[in-house]
Amino acid sequence: MAIDTDTARKIARLARIRVEEDRLPALAREFDAILGFVAQLEEVDVEGVEPMTSVTPMRLKRRPDVVTDGNRQAEVLLNAPDAREGFFAVPKVVE
Amino acid sequence: MLDLALPAPRPKVIEGVTGPWEMVIGLEVHAQIASRAKLFSGASTEVGAEPNSQVSFVDAGMPGMLPVLNEGCIEQAVRTGLGLRARINLRSAFDRKNYFYPDLPQGYQISQLFHPLVGEGEVFVDMPGPSRRIVRIERIHVEQDAGKSIHDMDPALSFVDLNRTGVALMEIVSRPDIRSPEEAAAYVAKLRQIMRYLGTCDGDMQHGNLRADVNVSVCRPGDYEAGRWGTRCEIKNMNSLRFIQQAIDYEARRQIAILEDGGTVVQETRLYDPERGETRSMRSKEEAHDYRYFPDPDLLPLEIDQDWVDAIAASLPELPDAKKARFMAQYGLSDYDASVLTVEASDADYFEAVARGRDGKQAANWVINDLFGRLKKDGRSLADSPVSPDQLGRIIDLIADGSISGKIAKDLFEIVYTEGGDPVRIVEERGMRQVTDTAAIERAVDEVIAANPAQVEKAKTQPKLAGWFVGQVMKATGGKANPAAVNEIVARKLGL
Repeated sequence: MAIDTDTARKIARLARIRVEEDRLPALAREFDAILGFVAQLEEVDVEGVEPMTSVTPMRLKRRPDVVTDGNRQAEVLLNAPDAREGFFAVPKVVE
Repeated sequence: MLDLALPAPRPKVIEGVTGPWEMVIGLEVHAQIASRAKLFSGASTEVGAEPNSQVSFVDAGMPGMLPVLNEGCIEQAVRTGLGLRARINLRSAFDRKNYFYPDLPQGYQISQLFHPLVGEGEVFVDMPGPSRRIVRIERIHVEQDAGKSIHDMDPALSFVDLNRTGVALMEIVSRPDIRSPEEAAAYVAKLRQIMRYLGTCDGDMQHGNLRADVNVSVCRPGDYEAGRWGTRCEIKNMNSLRFIQQAIDYEARRQIAILEDGGTVVQETRLYDPERGETRSMRSKEEAHDYRYFPDPDLLPLEIDQDWVDAIAASLPELPDAKKARFMAQYGLSDYDASVLTVEASDADYFEAVARGRDGKQAANWVINDLFGRLKKDGRSLADSPVSPDQLGRIIDLIADGSISGKIAKDLFEIVYTEGGDPVRIVEERGMRQVTDTAAIERAVDEVIAANPAQVEKAKTQPKLAGWFVGQVMKATGGKANPAAVNEIVARKLGL
C-alpha cells in the first residue's frame, strides 16, 4: 500500500501532531517503508490459526464492583494548564 | 403463557407530492450500566458529587495507568442480553476507538467493535391494534462513557468534569426493523422497562442515563421488503421519547423534500434541536469519523464461562412480557389493564399484593383508577403512596362482604388516603356501614312516599320516576342504604 503526502497529512491531523508541509513527503516514505515491512507478514498462511493475544496463558484480570478510588480532585487537576472551581478549564469547544 | 400471534403494525406512510413514502429506522441505545464502580477503575459512579472528585488516574488518562475490568458491569450486560433473549458470546474483546475531545482524556474510548459481548436478540414492541413489532437486536457491546463539558459558565472557556468518564455503558444496536416514530419511542420504552425489571439500568433519560442515536432513511412502499433502502442519516444523542418521535418525523420529511426536489440525501450525522423542532448537520463530526479502531493492547480478550451465564439466567426475574401474559390469564385482566399494571415491577407487586385472594379485575380497577389516579393528581409516585396494599385490600373486602356500598367505598378510600388508618375501624367508628336491614330501608321508603304524594301519582304513568325515589331514600340514609335493596323496595311499594 502506497502512502502519499495527502494520507500522511490526514494521519498527522487525526493524531493531532503538527507536521510542517515540507516534512510530509519524507514522512509518507517512512510510513510506506514501515507498512511494507509489516506487509511481509501477509505472506504467512494463518488459515485456522487463533490470533495469539498473550505469550503466557493468562486470564483477563477482573475486580469486583466495589468503590476503591476517587476523592483526589487536587491530584487529578494538578497537571491541568487551567482549572477553576474543580473543573478543567479548556478553550471553548462549541458543537 | 398467552402468546397470541399478533400482526405487525402497518408502516407509517407520509404522502409526498410525488406519492407515498415510508421510513426505515434503526436505533443505537446507550444505557448506563447500574454499578457502584466504573468499568475499568475503582472510582464511584454516584451522581451529584463535586466535579472531578470521582476520578481515578485511570479515568484521567494518566500515563502508565492500566484498566482493570469490573466484573459486576459484565454481569449486568450479560443479564441484559439474557433479558433480550440474546446470544451471549463467551469470548469477546475490547477495542480502542480513537478521537480527541476535552472530555475524553485517554484520547480513545474503550469499546467492543469486533467482538461484542452480546449477539443477536429480540424485543417485542406492542402497538395499538393490537399489533406487535418484533425488533431484532444486532448486538450489545460494553464501552466507557465520556466526561461532561459545560459551555455556559465562561464566555471563553469550557469546563470539564470527568466524574462520568469511564462509567460503563451498554450500546444496544437494533436492526432497521422499526417503521414509524411511534414504534421507535415504544421500542425505547420497552428496552427501558426490561432493563428496569432486570436492575441493569435505571433508565433515567432526563439525566442522560439512557439516550438514543437514531438512523433514519426513506423509501417507497414495497422497497423496504425488496431491500431497496435510501441513504440514511444518523440523529445523535436524544434523551426523550418525545424528541425521538419529533426528530424522526422531521428528518423523514426533510429527506422526502430533498428527493422530491430531485436531490440526493447525503449520509451524515445530525443533531436534533428541540427548540426549533428540526435536525441540523454536525459537519464538525465528519472529519473525526475515522476512528482507527484497533484491539486494546492493555486488555486480554474477555472469556466467560457458560456456567456463570447459566447462573445469571437462573436469577432473572419474571420479565414484562411474561408478567403481562400471566396477569391476563391468572386475573382475567384486559390487555390494557395488564399493560398498565406491569409498566414497573413495583406496580405489579403492589397489584398482586392487593389481588391475592380477591377478585383480580376489581383489584385492578381500584389500583389503576382510584390509587394511580389519585397519586397522579398529587404528582406522587407509588413508592410514597399513603395507602398500603393491605389497606386497599381491606376496602375491597368491605365492599365484597356487603359492609359498604361502592359509593361509600370511594369516600372511605379518600379518608384512608388523606388520614390513614384501618378501613375496618373507620367504617365502624364513623358509622359508614351500609344498611342492609330491609325493615329500616322500608321505613325510609315509606317516609319518602308519604311526604311526596304528587310524585307518587306521577310515577304511576312515568315509571322512570322510581329513580327519583331511590335518590331521596339514599339521601335520607346518608348513602348507606344498600342500593339494590332500595331499588327493589321502591319498585314494589310504588306498584311498578
